[in-house]
Formats: sequence, C-alpha cells, structure tokens
Amino acid sequence: MKEIIQKLVAIPGPSGFEGRVRDAIQNEVKPYADSVQIDALGNLIVTKGKKSANGKRIMLAAHMDEIGVIATHIDKKGFVRFSNLGYLFARNCMAAHVSFLNGARGVVNGDHLEDASKLHSLDQFFIDVGATSPKDCPVKIGDVGVFERPVIDLGKRLISKALDDRIGCAILVKAIQQIKESPNELVFVFTTQEEVSNRGATPAAYRVDPDLGLAVDVTDVGDTPTGKMEVSLGKGPAIKVKDGGMIADPRVVRWMTDTAEKAGIPYQMEILLGGTTDARTIQLTRAGVPTGCLSIPTRYIHSPAEMIDLEDVENSLTLLLDLLRNPVEIK
Amino acid sequence: MTEKPLTIDNEQISLLEKLCNAVGVSGCEGEIRKIIFAELESVADEIKVDALGNVLVTRLAHTGTKPLRVMLDAHMDEVGFMIVADEGEGLYSFETVGGIDERQLPGKPVWVGSEHIPGVIGAKPIHLVEPEERLSAISKSSLRIDIGPGGAGKVKVGDYAAFATNFMQIGPSLRGKALDDRLGVATLIELVKHAPANVTLLVSFAVQEEIGGRGARVAAYSFDPNLAIAVDSTPAFDLPREDNEENTVYNCRLGAGPAIYLSDAGTVSDPRLIRLITQTAEALSIPYQFRQPGGGGTDAGAIHKVRAGIPSVSISIPGRYAHTANLLANTGDWQNTLQLLHAVLEKLTPSVLAGERD
Repeated sequence: MKEIIQKLVAIPGPSGFEGRVRDAIQNEVKPYADSVQIDALGNLIVTKGKKSANGKRIMLAAHMDEIGVIATHIDKKGFVRFSNLGYLFARNCMAAHVSFLNGARGVVNGDHLEDASKLHSLDQFFIDVGATSPKDCPVKIGDVGVFERPVIDLGKRLISKALDDRIGCAILVKAIQQIKESPNELVFVFTTQEEVSNRGATPAAYRVDPDLGLAVDVTDVGDTPTGKMEVSLGKGPAIKVKDGGMIADPRVVRWMTDTAEKAGIPYQMEILLGGTTDARTIQLTRAGVPTGCLSIPTRYIHSPAEMIDLEDVENSLTLLLDLLRNPVEIK
Repeated sequence: MTEKPLTIDNEQISLLEKLCNAVGVSGCEGEIRKIIFAELESVADEIKVDALGNVLVTRLAHTGTKPLRVMLDAHMDEVGFMIVADEGEGLYSFETVGGIDERQLPGKPVWVGSEHIPGVIGAKPIHLVEPEERLSAISKSSLRIDIGPGGAGKVKVGDYAAFATNFMQIGPSLRGKALDDRLGVATLIELVKHAPANVTLLVSFAVQEEIGGRGARVAAYSFDPNLAIAVDSTPAFDLPREDNEENTVYNCRLGAGPAIYLSDAGTVSDPRLIRLITQTAEALSIPYQFRQPGGGGTDAGAIHKVRAGIPSVSISIPGRYAHTANLLANTGDWQNTLQLLHAVLEKLTPSVLAGERD
C-alpha cells in the first residue's frame, strides 16, 4: 500500500491536467480490468464484473486531480504571477516550491507589504523561476504546476502533498487488484477536476448510470490542538453522514456501518461542515442515485503537507472490499 | 482557406448595430431572437426555439460520411434591470439582472419595458449632498428608475429595463451597451452564412448566460455535440496603473486579437482544442492572446459537463468596460476572431479528439 501511495502522490496532476496520473493508474489496473475507457473530460473508467440477479451497478469515484497553480502573467523582470486551480489557501503559498508540468521549477514569494503582520493574498504572490525577463522565462501564460514536497514516512503515518485524493486512488487501485468475485458490476472511476467543483464526475456518472454511488475521498479531522470536528486520525475510516454539498443516503450509510460492524472494522461517523466530494454530483445524476462516501481522515487538507494514518487506509480498503464483494441490500 | 477570408464590412457592422440596440435582458431575449430568425431562416437547415427560448440552428455538413458535430454558442442576453415596485408618479424601484456594479448606476439613462420607454436612474444632486455622504457608494436600494409623471402606469412590476445606449462606430472602435455578447451573436450569424462544408454546425443563441449559463446547458443537451466552442466577450482592463507600475491583471488587451480561454471559474479548456486553435492562428498569422486564467466564465462552463461530457473551449472578443452602459471593442479583434473561428472549423476533423485529453 505504501508503495502505491508514494508512487501516486509523486506524480503532478493539477485539475484539468491529470493525464500523467491517469497513465500510472491505468498501468496498475489494466491487467485486472474487464474494460478501461477514457472519456471526453479525461476520466478513467475501469469496469470489473457483471451485474448478477442480486447485484447492482456500483460507481466508485476517487479523484486524480490535486490543487495547483496556473500562470497568469510573466512580468517584465521574469517573475510569474499565478492563479489557483482548486481551493488554494494563500497562507500556504509563501516559500513553497512549485514544479510546472513543462519541467520548470521555482519558489513562491510575495510583494513587499508595508504591514508585516498582514498575510499576502493570492495576487500578491509570484513564482521566481530564475528568469530575468519574459524572454528567458521558461513559463508562459497558462502553464500549470503543483506544489513540490518530499514524502515523509513516519512509520504509522505519512506526510505528503496530494494525499487528497491519491489516497482514494490508491485504495481503488488496490481494490481493483484484489477483488475476485462480486455479484455487482463494479465501475471504478478515477475522476478529473474534482477540486474545481466535481466537473469530471458529473459527466462520468451520467455515462455510468449507476444503481449505487460511493466516493472515496479525504475528510477533515478535529484531533489537532484546537480542532473541533469529531473525526480523528487512526480511529478508522469515516463514513460520511453529511457534508457541505450532500446528505448521504441513510440506507447507504447503514449498509456501510452494518458491514463494518459485522467485520469488526473500526469506523467513525463523519459530519463535515464545509466542502463536498464527487459523491454529491453522483447523487444528483439523471433521476438520482443512492450515494455515500467512504472518507479517509486527513490532517491539513489542501496544504502541500497533508497527513494520513496507514492503519486507517488499510481499514478503508478492507471495508471497501467487504462492501463490494457481497450482494448489496439498500434498506 | 478555401474561400476569401471573412471580413467585417458595413453589412456586418449594421447587423451588429441592430443587435446591439435591441433589448434582451436575461430571460427576455425575444427581440434578439427575431433578428436572428430574419437573418438565418433562409440559410439554416433547421432553426427552432426551445423551451427556454434558445434559438437552435443546424447547418449540415456537405462533405464526409460522419462529419463532426460542432456546437457554437453565443448568448443573446445582456445585463440589465427588472422593475420590482411601482412607487407612483413614474418612479420605480428595481433589481439588477446579471452582474452589475451598482456604484456606476446613478445618472444612467435606461429603456424600460417592451416599448423602450425612456427613463433615468436618478441620483441626489451634488448641491444637496452632505460631505460625509460622498464617502460611501450610493446603494441600489436608494436609487429609482424615473420615467417622469407622464409615464405613470405605462410600466408594470416585472418589466425589464436596459441601459439606453445607441451603438456607435468610432474609427476602429465599436461602442454599445450589449456588445457582450451581441458581438458573439453577430459572429455566429456570419459563420452560419459562410459555414464550412466539412462539419455540421449546431449553433445555440443562448438565453440567460448572464445569470449562470442556464440556456446553454439545455441547448447542449439537445444538440449532444462532439465538441463545443463558446464565443463571448471578455473584459479588457489594459489600462495604465495610477502608480505607473506594471499592470499584471489586465485580463486581456484590446487590439491584441481573439482572447482564448485556458481556465476560468467554470471551465478548464480542452488542451486539444487549444492546440488546434493556436496552431491555426499561427499558420494564418492571425493575432491571438490568452485571456489571463482566473475567475469569470462563459457558457462553456455549463456545456462541457452535459451528458457524458463535451470537449469545450471559449474564445472571446476583448471589450473594455463590460457590464456598464458602454462597452468598447475593436473591429480588428472582431474580424480576427471571425477569421480564426472560420479557419478552425475548416480544420476540424475527428483526429483532433482522437488522442486522450492531457
């Protein structure tokens, strides 16, 4: 598991430019899949199994994209102004290392502020790529990049960029590789552009037209010094009840908690106040889809140094495999 | 190119003038629909109005066995106002429709209702303004549309109003109230009239863009195209800064050619289409620019997520002072946009989308 996580987080894939992540995932899953498709928006759609009499077509979604930057202007001294792809906290930008998909690298710094107690806003930052003019600048308007940060392996826990949501991708990859028999038709969708309002999952869910939807994504925790939320790292996968964009189908929530109880897998209930996942858009597809979300507790989401607990990840995979292996009763 | 490049001459300018002086605030686009029908009824293979009021025009390909189905979209609506209360004596309170900066409303003349009754958004004269009042913006709730006591009863709650600005051509410049997006509408009318034979054009003249791409979404569902290009107007803020520092947030520049969208608040444009557009422009020496990535949006934001997903991009004609009573655009930018779009359509083949998205 650690190996696939480390592999996936290292690949740059800002929203709208997920091709390299997609290639890597495709390599991992192709031998285990019945079919692999790439749609108009770049979603990777991997199908496994057929729907039997007591089975359902289940859409699983994990997003490939990560928070990134896009160049908006190269000034006359060769500094790169940029805008965000996805919800980027300006406070996390100062002194961050940036790596562009075209190979250029640089460091973020900000305009001089008269009041040193103030934080820079996004438009007061620039990326220094070592250029002296627009002419010798290796970055052009529209070039995209991501924050660069080495993975720190703490043994039980990992710190990395892009765990949101490569951790979900890693779990789905493992599920595809490990699941043998299922009465369900399993459609694993590695989605694009989740961080810019679930734009990939919307058409993907329309195409898949599932009986049941389940997103696998990260969720916030409250176990930091002044945190308030009732989810902690290390206490098991979180089963989403509600977030800023979705009320999970209570029948799906029961299916998830019952399965976890039966298998003795630790779990936590998640009520996330802000933000949402691909589950929202799956739920609202066509005439509506019963949908839930399996969340991996994650600290410091949308920063270049997010943290997860590997036991949570293993338990998430175990729970997911249990959910998918058996006939699903939604009641 | 297979024929003489399309140009902007008197004929195109007078159509733009007609389109721009007509009133079509979001949700009330009938006047624009009428002009489009008059222009295209005889050249379209099919022209119809859908449930939301979009004009959907089909122009079939004449070559190839399985031609690409290409959606072109321009929105008919403009920003404006809606009358919300009759306060007697020809005075009406109003709400804005679409994104309008309320600070620039006082003193602006408007046309109200289907009869285009002239009115004015009045403001307290400076003689009577207290010094401290000048420190804050005049709120919309304190403003009224005044059509004079003679107009009492001529306007009903629910009537629309628009900026009363007559179109003008000033040398190389175009000035009008609704160039966003009548410039796009006029461009697509030209493209239907001079449609390349290799693709089937599915043209939506969309309603309600200014309030969230509502018309384009259902138009895209109807058409179910292979790809889509939204043709719109985008703000140029290419003005010098007060402190003479470099302007790094100009969005796009007037006179620098069609503004191609890479990413905005609604869409990350399809990189395959961006490549085709820029390569085409370079091959024909048509100037172009990238609109600065960031906020804002076009109908592409609604279109690209329809059904199983539609590769989409936007190209805009730059305009200064968007969403005010006067937008200022450049005839050269318009002509370059028209020529670029025409050339791109001619070059479109299924191979453009054969590879995966980046």
